[in-house]
Amino acid sequence: MALTEKTGRKHGADRPPTRPVRRLTRPDPAARSRGGQRFLLLGLILASVYSLFPVYWLTVAATKDRVGLYQSNGLWLSGWHLWDNVQQVFTYDDGIFLRWTANSFLYAGVGSAGGTLIALATGYGLARFDFPGRGAVFACVVGSFLIPIALLTLPLYLLFSAIGLVDTPWAMLIPCLINPFSVYLAKVYTEATIPFELLEAARIDGAGELRIFFSIVLRMMTTGGATVFLLAFVNTWNAFFLPLTVLRGEENWTLNLGLYNWSGKRLESGVDVTSLVLTGALLSIIPMAIMMVAMRRYWRTGVTLGALK
Amino acid sequence: MIRSQRWKGAAFTVPFQLGFAFLYLLPIGYAIYQSLFLQKQSGLGLGGATTEFVGLENYRHGLTDSAFLSSILRVVLFACVQIPFMLLISLLLALFLDAVTTKAAGRFRILLLVPYMIPGVVAAIVWINLYSPEVGPLSPLGEVFGFDWNFFAPSMVWPAIGNLLTWHGIGYNMVIIYAALQGVPRELFEAARLDGASELRIALSIKIPFVRGALVLTALLSIIQMLQIFNEPALFRNVTPQTVSDSFTPIMIIYNQAFNAGNYHYAAALSVLLALILGIASFLFYRLTSKEAD
Repeated sequence: MALTEKTGRKHGADRPPTRPVRRLTRPDPAARSRGGQRFLLLGLILASVYSLFPVYWLTVAATKDRVGLYQSNGLWLSGWHLWDNVQQVFTYDDGIFLRWTANSFLYAGVGSAGGTLIALATGYGLARFDFPGRGAVFACVVGSFLIPIALLTLPLYLLFSAIGLVDTPWAMLIPCLINPFSVYLAKVYTEATIPFELLEAARIDGAGELRIFFSIVLRMMTTGGATVFLLAFVNTWNAFFLPLTVLRGEENWTLNLGLYNWSGKRLESGVDVTSLVLTGALLSIIPMAIMMVAMRRYWRTGVTLGALK
Repeated sequence: MIRSQRWKGAAFTVPFQLGFAFLYLLPIGYAIYQSLFLQKQSGLGLGGATTEFVGLENYRHGLTDSAFLSSILRVVLFACVQIPFMLLISLLLALFLDAVTTKAAGRFRILLLVPYMIPGVVAAIVWINLYSPEVGPLSPLGEVFGFDWNFFAPSMVWPAIGNLLTWHGIGYNMVIIYAALQGVPRELFEAARLDGASELRIALSIKIPFVRGALVLTALLSIIQMLQIFNEPALFRNVTPQTVSDSFTPIMIIYNQAFNAGNYHYAAALSVLLALILGIASFLFYRLTSKEAD
C-alpha cells in the first residue's frame, strides 16, 4: 500500500543517518570550519551538563545515608546505602509508596487507554465525515486549550462530590477519558494516514461503518494511536492539580501527590524524611524514563506534529 | 456523501461530545452560575449561613482585590523575563543542533530532553533540594566562588523558580524549534554561501525568520502555562512558607479561597476572571505577533 510506505519513510527519518535521503537534507559538515564546530559542540556539552546535573545529583543522593547526605560532598559518593533507602521507601507507612505507584499506573494506563479510543473515534469522525455541527465540535476542541484548569477542576470537584465520586479512583479516571488535545492529534493523524478512496472502496465492498473503523482505521492508526496514548499517559502521570483537588485519602493518591506530601512533612513533624523523598523521587522517574525511551519514536513525532500543524 | 453516512460519522464523535458536555461545558456553566452567589452569615453568624444572589458583586470584589491583582501582576512580570530567556536558549540550542553533524545532533537531542521526561512535581522537588542550604550542593559551590546565596530568600524565589522552569522547558521547546528548522529548504543555505554569507548571517536572516511560527507557538504555550502556574510555588511553599505566601499566584489564591477559606463562590468568580484574562492575553499576543509578520 502506498500509504504504509509513506509513514514508514517518515519514521525512518528518525533513525541514524546512513540513508541517502537524510543526507541530502543535512548541512554539509565539510562546509564548516573546525573551530566553529568545536564552539557549537562546547555549547551543546555545557547545556547537556546543565540538563543532566540535577539527575546525577539525585542519583548520588539516593545512595547516601542521612549522615552522608548532610555532611559529604553532594557531587560524589559517600558509602553505599541505595538498597537501604529503597527498602525504606517501600516499607515506610506500610508500603504506601507501592500503593501510590499502582494508582499512578492505574489512572495513567486505564484513563489514557479509554481516552485514546474515544479520541481516535472522534478524530476519525471529524476528519473523514462532513456532518452538521462538525465545526462546532472542532471549535470546542481548540477552544478548550485556553481554559484554565482551575475553572474546570473546582466545579468538577463540587459535581463529583454531589454524586459521591470524590476520593474514589473514578474522580481521576473519568476526566482522563476526555482529552481535547488527543482529539486534535487524532484528527491530524487521520488526515495524514486514512485516504478517502480506501473508505469508499471498503463501503462498496459492503463493510459497515463500525467495522471499517475497528478493522481498517484503527489498524492503520497504530502509530498515531500509540503517540496519542503516550502523550496522554505522560500528561496523567504528571498531573497534580486535579488529584490534589479530588483525592483526599492517601490510599488513592498518585506518586506526585505522595511525594508532595512527604516533602512537606519535613517541617511539620520534625522527622527528617529528606532521603525518603529523594529516593522516592528517583524511583518515580524510572517508569516514565523507561516508557519514554522505549517509545521515543512516537513521542518525538507527537511533540513536533502537535505543535507544528 | 450519502446522508445516512454523515450521521454515522457524527456518531463517532458522540462519546466525546457527551463527555465534553459533562466535563467541560457543565462545570464552566456551573462555575459561572455559582459565581453570582455569595454565602452570607446572618446576624452574628448564629443563624447559620444563607446563600444570596449578588449579581456581579464577586467580580467587582475580584477586580479590586489587591491580593488577586498583585498575584496576576507577579506572574505577568515573571513571564516577561523567564519566557524570552528560556526561548532564547532553546532557539540557540536548536540552531546549534542544526549546525552540527547528524550523529552529534541525535545524541545531544536525547541528552537535552532528559529534563522533559521528569514530572514537574519531581523536578521541583529535586531543585528545591539542590537549592537547600542543608543538603544541596549549590550553597557550598557558591561559597567556593565567594557567593553567599540563599535561594529561599524572598528576592531569590523567582530566580530559583525561573531556573527550575527553564531547566524543565528548554528541551521541549528546543525540539519544536528544531523540527521547524528541519523544514528550511537546504538550497537556500547553499545559495547564501555561494553569495559569501557567513554562517551567523545565514542563521540570522534565513533560519530565525523561518522558525518564527514555532517561536510564536512555543511562546503562546508558555504564556498559557505561566498564568496558571501552581505546582512549583506550591512545592516551594512546602519548604519556605515564610517567603512564598498562599496568595503567591492566581491559582493558589483560587485554591485557597475554595478549599481553605471555604469561599467557593468567590473562587468561582476568580477562576472565570482568570479564564477571561488568559483568553485576552493569548488573543493579544497572537494579534501582535501575526501583525508583525505582514
